[in-house]
Amino acid sequence: MTKSPNPSEFAIASPAPDADTGPLAIEARDLVKRFDGTIAVDGVDISVPAGTIFGILGPNGAGKTTTLRMLLGIIDPDSGTRRVLGSDNPHAIAHRIGYLPEERGLYPAMKAVDAIAFVGALRGLPRDEGRRRGRELLEEYGFGHIADRQIRQMSKGQAQTVQLLATLVHKPDLIVLDEPFSGLDAISQGRLEKLIRGLAIDGTTVIFSTHVLSHAERLCERIAIIAGGKVPFHGLVSTARDRLPPQVHLETRNVDGPWRAALPPEAEPQLRSTGGALFDFSLTGEVEPLLTALIEGGAGIQALSIERAGLHDAFVAIAGEAAARALEQDAEGVAR
Amino acid sequence: MNMSHSAFSRFWRSIMVIASRDFGAILFSRSFIFFLLGPLFPVFVIGMAGGIGASVSGKAVTPVLGIAMEAAETDAFLAARDRLSGSVAHLPETFIVIRLKPGERVMARSLLERAKSGSPVVALLSGPLANPKLTGPGGSVDMWKGPVALIAAEALRPQSSTLPSVTVDKTISARADTARKRIRTAQASQTLLFLLTMLLAGMVMSNMVEEKANKIIEVLAAAVPMDAVFFGKLIAMLGVSLVGLSVWGVVGLAIMLAGGGIPSFAPPAVGWPMFALLGLVYFSFAYLLLGSLFLTIGGLAATVREVQTLSMPATMLQLLVFFFASYALGAMGEPIELAAILFPLTSPYSMLARAAVEPDLLPHLGAIVWQALCVTLIIKGGATLFRRTVMKSGPAVSRNSFFRWLTGRRKPA
Repeated sequence: MTKSPNPSEFAIASPAPDADTGPLAIEARDLVKRFDGTIAVDGVDISVPAGTIFGILGPNGAGKTTTLRMLLGIIDPDSGTRRVLGSDNPHAIAHRIGYLPEERGLYPAMKAVDAIAFVGALRGLPRDEGRRRGRELLEEYGFGHIADRQIRQMSKGQAQTVQLLATLVHKPDLIVLDEPFSGLDAISQGRLEKLIRGLAIDGTTVIFSTHVLSHAERLCERIAIIAGGKVPFHGLVSTARDRLPPQVHLETRNVDGPWRAALPPEAEPQLRSTGGALFDFSLTGEVEPLLTALIEGGAGIQALSIERAGLHDAFVAIAGEAAARALEQDAEGVAR
Repeated sequence: MNMSHSAFSRFWRSIMVIASRDFGAILFSRSFIFFLLGPLFPVFVIGMAGGIGASVSGKAVTPVLGIAMEAAETDAFLAARDRLSGSVAHLPETFIVIRLKPGERVMARSLLERAKSGSPVVALLSGPLANPKLTGPGGSVDMWKGPVALIAAEALRPQSSTLPSVTVDKTISARADTARKRIRTAQASQTLLFLLTMLLAGMVMSNMVEEKANKIIEVLAAAVPMDAVFFGKLIAMLGVSLVGLSVWGVVGLAIMLAGGGIPSFAPPAVGWPMFALLGLVYFSFAYLLLGSLFLTIGGLAATVREVQTLSMPATMLQLLVFFFASYALGAMGEPIELAAILFPLTSPYSMLARAAVEPDLLPHLGAIVWQALCVTLIIKGGATLFRRTVMKSGPAVSRNSFFRWLTGRRKPA
């Protein structure tokens, strides 16, 4: 059972570049965006080190897409600053950026190779070069047979792959993918994960949004969690997971004894029909004193596992906490 | 990658990428055939109406030569005309205005002026047969001078075998006549410009719907400024329009040549080659000005149905523009004409009309710069509005932010 940690443990990680992050591909400060008076993004800070895979995680409607659209210059923030690849104007460096929007779209009458070349041309790649590279990319990813097929004649997955390849055709330094895994089958998702890893190995910065945490857990070194338009966590995935204490699962032959004093007070026993008890609790201290107390206290250990918290648990805890905090702030605002 | 980093070349390249995609997509679509055939329907209707009209007007308003001579000479003239009509073509139709008594004189000009405005009599023949006098507008008297001399000579035979000298009294000076004819040229050019613009500019209204329906607008907006998308789309449609114009022009010319001739208009004041060039330029600007406005309006529409609903008021707007420009044509040199020249949407119409009537070229340079500036401002405003309302970019448009945008001042950080 996951326990919600104390709110004081969730100090927002500073997005300022650490000594070990190196140059930043994206640096956004205090981005604010309102739509028709409703605040969608409320003071978001994001720093993405160059050459890394960065995940933006959050539930639907959290403000992920709005944040990405502001970073790309599709929309302007109401306030705040953004620097992308060293430029304040994302359109000025459009040739160094690739973007896969959440709502996929290509011209239905275009052939796959022309669609790729067209998106490349929008980013400054000569049309002929775009066609040549488009054909190469399609071959490389096993879609050579649809190169001359119109988008309207393709399956949704094929069209989505064509659009993904179109974001890569001009060899950008930064690739922004908004919910790239949605709509893909398991095989295509695995293929996309491999592609993203390959891009990062080649030095490309990849930033993607998702509400499927397993992708972020497998791919990202760093993440930002967005909830209610705010960023309650920003930093290393390992740091997010370490925000929660390890979870202990203990099975004992005995139900009571002096060893129970070593267990936290909330660790209630679940009695087994065959005798003995089960305990699930968070490890708040060191492992060794607990083991010593269990062995010397005669607990009769039958099974013991200590697991590090997963990203999912960390996310639920962090996003839940943020929502609670936002609620408190709303209440304070009303009271004022 | 070998890419230019100059902002302008990047902007221009973006425009051309959008324009070439749209141009190709329209030109190589099956619907382009229907686009080319489109004008055939109004041409057919106009042709039918014109045929009926020509038949009616041929009977009703054939110009007639009025005769105000002594009775004997009148009879001799009409008899001679009848004798010649079997062998000579294009003799004037005649009408006896008054049979004068011997020695009686007539004031031809005042007689003509007293004629009712609907009267077919456009010129008056007076004086003795040996020295006939033709009074009337320059065009008519020039046209009838030769035939009248011929008929008078026939009437005088066998007493005289010489061709009498016809005295001409032009009621409208050649200069005024030319000016009047040039105004007709101006009217015709305005009407042609209106028809072409009406046919083509409305097409851009639904242009952004495809991008919004296919969700590709996000890809475009992330890669290029929205102004470039608007410019690109307008240029593509202008290109398509010019292709259409070329096809229709060639076909129309071939039909006219095959049908026996090209309608004659007085040469415009700037000359035909310059007039044709200015016509092309002003068509482009009339199209771009109206098209940029329609593109903006259409861009704000959420559905095809909304675009269809907007089509009717858009057509009404075009009609208003045409009527205003036509009205200003009748008041050349007056403030109303200046207003029509300064108002962006009527400016191309008024300037084209001016090219038909006035030979000065310098005002055209100023007008072209003004119209180009207006196109840029409308597109810039349209793109900003699109970003703010459709893309939901930036704060809501307020008076202060609007003026900041207008003056280029940025909000202090």
